[in-house]
Parts: sequence; structure tokens; C-alpha cells
Amino acid sequence: MLEIKNLCVQLEEEDKQILKGVNLSLEAGKVHAIMGPNGSGKSTLSYVLSGKGGYEVTEGSAHLEGNDILEMEPEERAAAGLFLAFQYPVEIPGVGNMTFLRTAVNSQRKLRGEPEMSAGEFLKVVRAKAKDLKIDADMLKRPVNVGFSGGEKKRNEILQMAMLEPKMCILDETDSGLDVDAMKLVAQGVNALRDGKRTFLVITHYQRLLDHIKPDVVHIMAAGRIIKSGGPELALEVENNGYADLLEETA
Amino acid sequence: MVASSPKVISDRALHDAELISNSGAWAKNARQLASARAQEQGLPQRRDEYWKYTRPDVFVQKNVALIPQACPEIGIFADQMKTEIVFENAKLATHHLPEIDNCKIESLSNASTLDLHWVQDIYGKLELAGQKPVERSLAALNTAMATEGLLVHATGQVSSPIRIHSVSIGITDAVIHHVVKVEAGASVTLIETGQYGARSNVVIEVDVADTGSFHHIRVQDGKESHMLTHIFASIGADAKFKSFTLTTDGKMTRNECILDLVGDNSSVTVAGACLGDSNFHHDDTVFITHDAVNCESRQVFKKVLRNGAVGVFQGKILVKAGAQKTDGYQISQSLLLDEDSQFLAKPELEIYADDVACSHGSTSGAIDEEALFYLRSRGVPEPKAVDLLTLSFIAQAIGEIEDPDLAQAILSHLTDILEAR
Repeated sequence: MLEIKNLCVQLEEEDKQILKGVNLSLEAGKVHAIMGPNGSGKSTLSYVLSGKGGYEVTEGSAHLEGNDILEMEPEERAAAGLFLAFQYPVEIPGVGNMTFLRTAVNSQRKLRGEPEMSAGEFLKVVRAKAKDLKIDADMLKRPVNVGFSGGEKKRNEILQMAMLEPKMCILDETDSGLDVDAMKLVAQGVNALRDGKRTFLVITHYQRLLDHIKPDVVHIMAAGRIIKSGGPELALEVENNGYADLLEETA
Repeated sequence: MVASSPKVISDRALHDAELISNSGAWAKNARQLASARAQEQGLPQRRDEYWKYTRPDVFVQKNVALIPQACPEIGIFADQMKTEIVFENAKLATHHLPEIDNCKIESLSNASTLDLHWVQDIYGKLELAGQKPVERSLAALNTAMATEGLLVHATGQVSSPIRIHSVSIGITDAVIHHVVKVEAGASVTLIETGQYGARSNVVIEVDVADTGSFHHIRVQDGKESHMLTHIFASIGADAKFKSFTLTTDGKMTRNECILDLVGDNSSVTVAGACLGDSNFHHDDTVFITHDAVNCESRQVFKKVLRNGAVGVFQGKILVKAGAQKTDGYQISQSLLLDEDSQFLAKPELEIYADDVACSHGSTSGAIDEEALFYLRSRGVPEPKAVDLLTLSFIAQAIGEIEDPDLAQAILSHLTDILEAR
């Protein structure tokens, strides 16, 4: 699904290398987790893959189903099936959540040359999906993320994911700022989207999210590289011993 | 102020002499006084502080190259309008003015020969009261020279808005003067769309009695138009005044709003949003005087500018001694879509009472890159994402409109315009 080869990235504004040759191969239908200490480049990886400005790819490649995504605009990547659940979802006052969702869904369809979803059909689908995530009618009407609690913002991200039905989902620290109940709800939402074909890249500091979203593969990232990969037990090792041992091991 | 362009004044004076002699007694008197006032004040000059950011030339020069106008669409508000009055080339095209409950509407050209007591107490009087501390000679000239306008007398709740739609075909100079009187307990909504002329000088005088309520919505979209407007309003106790203007086109627009809060416990709002592209200069000049206790005033202006468009805001809140418990709010913001556009703001507070809450702010900024990326990452193409963020930016000003249906109509209209550009 997603093939990342020797990805090297630096900041556009300053000569600072952040990713120093990342290699990842994500098979369709699998859940991969990336863990790592602060500043290891996890979020940068998610931004570069989704096309945020301010980064320069100096080497390497990233292909989604064989298509070079690094050459695409962010909206084209989205239409190609890539989705990033933001660590800090952005507030957009004055634009209703519903309007935003519908614009996003139909923009992607248009970019893919598919017919737009009618207002009636959209309403039906969004209501059903919102209900599963315990998102009420009021939250759908309110401006995008404005006045939402941390948990509401993250649930809103998952709702967008559910509506846009991406092939490749990147979750950037979706557990940050969530209490246990909110985390369970978000994890349920994510698990509901696991259908054996959809692929996930879950970025997190902590193992506890992975109790709820069970990964197939766990990668440890440090200083801009994947330093170790393994099964779910690797996450438990980090939980028990911290990153220090792993960093020493590979140093 | 020195009248350094006497020629222009005297040419115009010749013109009003005829107009004045054709008027009935009260109108004649008001026009003569206003004419003398304008002569004494002289025309605004570039060096006047009050015209620092907007050149008055185009409003005072005799020979300005005016470009023939296309008729703007009449579609906006189509669902809401039951009462509509049409102006064509600055003349009334609706010959039988609508008769509606709780409201009497007359035309200025007709009524200047009638003995309308309520108009006599307002016509030229509120404009005169608004000549201090800054002289507004073009408004005085308007009082002297206005050829047409509506006289609206609301004596109760007027259920449906009164819409004035003006169409200017060809090259027209328009001098229009409306007068509105809202009696105690009465309420009325006035909507203005279209343009009176290629160059328009419009004055609206509004007298809101105690417990009265006045709402005004204006859409300015005339291509190539030059628009100078003044609203002079006096607001009584426990009363309400709200005005919102959307400007989406026009070469040169200056909207002045001069409000006097003379009764306790009242609230006024002046809000505006503009969408400016290239040869576009838009000036909001507001002067609100708090001369009563426990009143609230709000000024909310949002300007979206690109390709060298210019936005101006001059807003002042004057709180007189004794106007305690005043709550004044003023925000003026611009969204500059490129580096060629500019926004010039002069917010002012002058406060002589000690128990007052006044806040003001002014900002200029570009599109929020984080928000833009967020929208694009959801598949929204960049131009559409910019449109959404533009709507997001303007939303606060539209939020000041009282009637949700009218606010929705403005929002849809704006969305259509953004999509088309």
C-alpha cells in the first residue's frame, strides 16, 4: 500500500535534517505503529507524507499504490486515498462542520472523477457515522472544531476519516490529550474502519493506545530513522523499559 | 476648512437654486440651510485629516469619467422580499409606492410639496447634528441637492423588510436622500441593493424613538461605481439600531455612519464585510457618540483584499461625561490575500466617563497556512480552501445581522460570488 524508501527530509527554512533515510513498507490491511521519543521525526514523517509545506525532501521516495505521492498536491494525495488525523485539529470559525465535511467528500469525488454525493444521501450517511462516534447533531452544526473539547476534536477527526473512506490512514498522536474513555471511543471508531484492506500508520508515544488499536507491526523511530521493528511485544518493551535501552542498543 | 474649489460649489449651487425654488416650504428651508452650510464648509480636500486615507477627488470633481453600468442581478433576497421599491437611474421606477401595515412610505420628490411634520423634524436636522466635530460637507450638499429618496414612517411592527433595489443604466450621477422615522415600539428593516448611479451620494437619516428598532442591510456590488454614503441616526432609550453592509465590487466606496445614542439602555451595531479585487478602494468611517447611560455599541468590520485592493477603517467611539456603563466594542480586520493589497486603520476612543468598558482591535493578516493545509489535506483544492477560509474570516461580521434568514441570504450570495471569481 505505502512504500517509503530512504526518505530524507530537511526543513526548508533552515539547514536541519529531520528524517535521515526512513524505510517503511506497509502492506494493505495492516496496522503499523511508530513509537519514539520526542523529536525523533514521527510527526514530520506524517506531515511530509500528507504534503505540508515547509519541508524539503532531499532524497528517497514515497509511493501509495505505486503512485509517487511526493509529487502531488495535498488535495491530490487525499483524493488518492491518504488521510492524516491531526494531532492538533485546526479550528475554523464560521464554517459549519457539516459544510466542511460535505465539501471535503465532494471535492475528493470530483478530483477522482466520481459523481458528487447528494445532500440527502450525505446527511443519511453522516448521521449514521456520527452516531457511532457519539457525535451529536449540535457538534455537526457547530463551526469546525470551535469550542470542541480535546476528545471531541479527535472524534471529529475519526468522523472525517469514516466519511472520506481513505485507503491509507495516518494517525498522528491521536491519543494525546484524551482520557481513557475518550481514547476507547476513538479506538472503537478506528477499529470499525479496519476491514482487512485499509491500512493504518499509528504514531504514538505510549503503548496504551496500542492496547485498543492492536498493531501488526511496531517500529521504533529515533533521530530520524527507524531503529527497530518487531511485533506488538516491542511496544510493551518500550512501555516497561523506556526508549533508553533501545537507543543504547542501536547506538 | 477653506473652500478652495469655489467653482465646483457655485456650479452646484446654480443647480440647487432651481431645485430649491421648486420645493415646498419645509423642503425649501432645509435645502437653503444645507446649501449655505455646504458653501461655508467647502469641499473636502486631500489634506484634510478626515480624508487622509481616501482621496475625495472623485466625489467632488465635476467631470469624472463615469463608465456605463451593467444591471446587477436582482436575485439576492428574492425569497424574503414582499415589499420592493425600484429606482432606475436615480429616479423612482415604482410609481405606486406599496401600502403596508404599520408603515407609510412617501417619495421625497412628491413629499417636498406636502406638509409632513415628522419629516420636517428630521430632514437635514440629523445631518446637521452630525457635522460636529468633523464637517461633512458632501452630506450637507446632499441635503441641499437630493433629487429623490424615500420617507419611511414606521408606526408599528413592520412584518416584512422594505427593499430598495436600484438600477443604473448608463452614466448617472445620483443624489439620494432617505428619511426613516421609527416610532416608539415600532420596528422596520430596510434593505438596499444595486446602485443608484455610476456616482452616488446617498444620505439616510434615521430617527429611532424610545423602544424603537431599526435594521438596515445593504449590498453594494456596482461595477466601476463610486459610492459615498452617510447614515445619520439618533437612537432613543431602550432602542436598537443595526446596520450591515456587504461590498463586493465598486471602484471607490466610502460608507460613513454617524450614530448618536441619546437615550439610556440602547444598543447599536455597525458591521460590514467587503471583498475587494484590484481597482477597489473601500472606506468605512464610523463615529459613535455615547450620550446616555448603559448603552452598547458594536463596530465589526472585515475586509478581504487582493490584487492591490485597498481597505480603510476610521472608527471612533466618543463617550461623553455622564455616559456611564457604556459598553463599546470595535474590531476591524483585514485578510490580505497577497502582498499588493493594503489595509489602513485608524481606531479611536475618546472617553470622558469613568465607569466604561471599551475595547478595540485592528489586525491585518494573510491566510492561515495551518488551516489551509488542514482543508487541503481533506481533499479540498486550494482555491476552494481559500474561499472557505475567506467565509470563515467574514463570518463574525455576518453574525451581527439580526435576522437569520437575511444572514443566510448574505452568506449564500457571498458563497456564489466567491465561487464565480
